[in-house]
Amino acid sequence: MTASASAEIRNYTINFGPQHPAAHGVLRLVLELDGEVIERADPHIGLLHRGTEKLAETRTFLQSVPYMDRLDYMSMMQNEHAYCMAIERLLGLSVPERAQYIRVMFDEITRILNHLLWLGTHALDIGAMTVFLYAFREREDLMDVYEAVTGARMHAAYYRPGGVYRDLPDAMPQYQASKKKNESDLRRLNENRQGSVLDFIEDFSKRFFGYVDEYETLLTDNRIWKQRTVGIGVVEADRAKALGFTGPMLRGSGIVWDLRKMQPYAVYDKLDFEIPIGRTGDSYDRYLVRMEEMRQSNRLIQQCVAWLKADSAKGAGPVISENHKVAPPSREAMKSNMEELIHHFKLFTEGMHVPEGEVYAAVEHSKGEFGVYLISDGANKPYRLKLRAPGFSHLAGLDEMSRGHMIADVVAIIGTLDIVFGDIDR
Amino acid sequence: MPLTPEVLLDRVNDALGDKILTSKIAQEQVTIEVPAGDWLEICATLRDTPALAFDLMIDLCGVDYSAYKDGAWDGRRFAVVLNLLSIKRNHRLRVRTFCADDELPILPSLEEVWPAVNWFEREAFDLFGIVFDGHPDLRRILTDYGFIGHPFRKDFPISGHVEMRYDPELKRVVYQPVSIDPREVTPRIVREDNYGAAQ
Repeated sequence: MTASASAEIRNYTINFGPQHPAAHGVLRLVLELDGEVIERADPHIGLLHRGTEKLAETRTFLQSVPYMDRLDYMSMMQNEHAYCMAIERLLGLSVPERAQYIRVMFDEITRILNHLLWLGTHALDIGAMTVFLYAFREREDLMDVYEAVTGARMHAAYYRPGGVYRDLPDAMPQYQASKKKNESDLRRLNENRQGSVLDFIEDFSKRFFGYVDEYETLLTDNRIWKQRTVGIGVVEADRAKALGFTGPMLRGSGIVWDLRKMQPYAVYDKLDFEIPIGRTGDSYDRYLVRMEEMRQSNRLIQQCVAWLKADSAKGAGPVISENHKVAPPSREAMKSNMEELIHHFKLFTEGMHVPEGEVYAAVEHSKGEFGVYLISDGANKPYRLKLRAPGFSHLAGLDEMSRGHMIADVVAIIGTLDIVFGDIDR
Repeated sequence: MPLTPEVLLDRVNDALGDKILTSKIAQEQVTIEVPAGDWLEICATLRDTPALAFDLMIDLCGVDYSAYKDGAWDGRRFAVVLNLLSIKRNHRLRVRTFCADDELPILPSLEEVWPAVNWFEREAFDLFGIVFDGHPDLRRILTDYGFIGHPFRKDFPISGHVEMRYDPELKRVVYQPVSIDPREVTPRIVREDNYGAAQ
């Protein structure tokens, strides 16, 4: 044997996921390692592929609304918003102002829900347990709002082409007495549930600024948190654009870009909010951006609540279009009027016909730009529906972001990407 | 606020000249159709022309037009549609090209122009069977390992061809032909123009 000085050095290939708790769902990652340093990360996706786009081709336009919730199942209503906007644009349908405000309010509630989950799981992955518990405490309140309005805690199916399904209820559901809850517990739990749903949201939004500060005291100056996130997964501004990043991933690299400001939809142009941006493009900056986004979302919620509560003519009005080719007539009218009955029957059997054409509608989703590209040939079903998921581009950038980092940093980078497989795999 | 679509289309016309086959403004969005032969060159022009500066590739997807309007389509079958965004100039553009060969749709890869296109092209290959020439890693992305066929083509049934189950005798997962029939609850209907309008 020749005594070659260098022993044979081989790269390790390890498999990460899909059952790994830090894989955020069903990510399978094949990592090529040189010692503990990542040489190449190859994400294998598609384990949650349900073919939503193909399914939508076989369903009427209305039947596909609930599928949208199941895409990015952490920002349900924002997905519905993009889908409804695409249909509305093709139909040339205008949405009542009250519905627009309700939509914006729920988009922002959804953004907070999403960012809270991201914060909790990201911190949990890196080893901070408590944040997760706090974040889920607030998520509970917001999911109660979801439930009060739509009957579902997550998969809301609340938006409709032309508006929203129904107006906000007058009463917030309260906790009932049970074996585990005595009188004083009940009084405490129901204290802020005495009024309407809007009162509850208003109360929440007043408390929420304090909560965000609480999370920040746990993390922002925390030495371990900084060691795990500062300088990890750095993306330069130009590179972020080349990789197709959007949302907080782009803003974290210092690019001022937010569809709510740049290409406003719904009523965002009437509301006051700011766009936080990062400086260095590392995980820590993206963390700061998202924390500030939660505060801005909360400000937007407060403005929407104030508008919706105003009892002048401006706060009232219908929440869905009066065009019965698209939106159903009221139950009462349907039961007493032939014309309405026919509209109702046609809408829920054959469905609406969307004029021939193609359109792209995008919203500033919690994770980036969520777009719906819809081609219609004039039928009662979409001809082709392409869903542009922000997480898809972000996960594609994982390889580049994690090269040269250690294995443990991959977990931090997956956390900072804020990926959810519902929308990546579709 | 973004440019008006008319101004944007003028600028695109200036940059691309006679390479544009058709152009259209609808719902305030600009769509252009370009020949597949100049695909790479056109995309590079769109990115590099300072007045256009499409620096972000938002979306690339395949479309199978074979069943369009219940078979009334007589153009090429497969198209690739790009949705572009310029962050610098704040405008959007949609670019479509039809692949010349229906049997083997093939296009040059845009990997050099926008690196973000990598996974989108893999997806279009996986779901529609459109081949991107020069792509560094054209593997399937969304379907199962060893999947056969391109599921988003219009001639691929919604219920698929095979189903998977655990075979207790072989003690492994086996594939077998699907045991369900596709069922259409609401038929797909394209109404004639002016249907239901008052006479």
